[in-house]
Amino acid sequence: MPFLTEHRLVADDLAAEVAAADRGATVTFVGVVRDHHAGRAVQRLDYSAYPQMAESECEAIVAEARRRWPVAVALRHRVGQLAIGDAAVAIVVAAAHRDVAFEACRFVIDEVKRRVPIWKKEYYADGSVAWVDPTAVGGTVPAKAPDA
Amino acid sequence: MPPAKSITVTVRFLARYAEVVGREALSVTASAPATVESVLSQLGAVLPSAGALPPKPLCARNFRQVRGNEPLLDGDELALLPPMAGG
Repeated sequence: MPFLTEHRLVADDLAAEVAAADRGATVTFVGVVRDHHAGRAVQRLDYSAYPQMAESECEAIVAEARRRWPVAVALRHRVGQLAIGDAAVAIVVAAAHRDVAFEACRFVIDEVKRRVPIWKKEYYADGSVAWVDPTAVGGTVPAKAPDA
Repeated sequence: MPPAKSITVTVRFLARYAEVVGREALSVTASAPATVESVLSQLGAVLPSAGALPPKPLCARNFRQVRGNEPLLDGDELALLPPMAGG
């Protein structure tokens, strides 16, 4: 199952993938598109990826989580155009008990943000466009408008 | 067989970097032995707009993140990655 998808994310579908009779804890993290960033009103986002590397990094992250904790992990990340309120990333971790499920879920989202080659372009209410860049002052770098 | 005197790699520009240079990929021939750094240093000569890129961007060789001293071989794909912003 690919980790990147252009389709709407449904956390319940991911939960079904990792459910088992001996897993008593399910932790879900869903990252949702916000309507603001750094004080600016956001209207929508475009997510793009380096697909082959993103897939292999997601696979490695899930494998690492499973090595470190006795968990089952379902992970998906959206690409393409997203609206405010859309789920951009969904992670469901199932385990026998809650402690490891919480720990592993936190690990997976942190690693996704740190090392999976995915980028987002924000479209603002004032018509401007910028790439999100966590290393830049203010967190964004101006982008070309779509018709430029 | 004697070692090749030059290699050809595909340099791929991702996301914002593709906007900066005005294209998504470029075939670059470099003298062997080559590293990520040696190929990056030649980019400006074949693609002037690459001068606007950071001097030491994150790089991946064949879909795995690497450092500047990573050797490159003929046929490799060298990707220049803006800081990750997923999630």
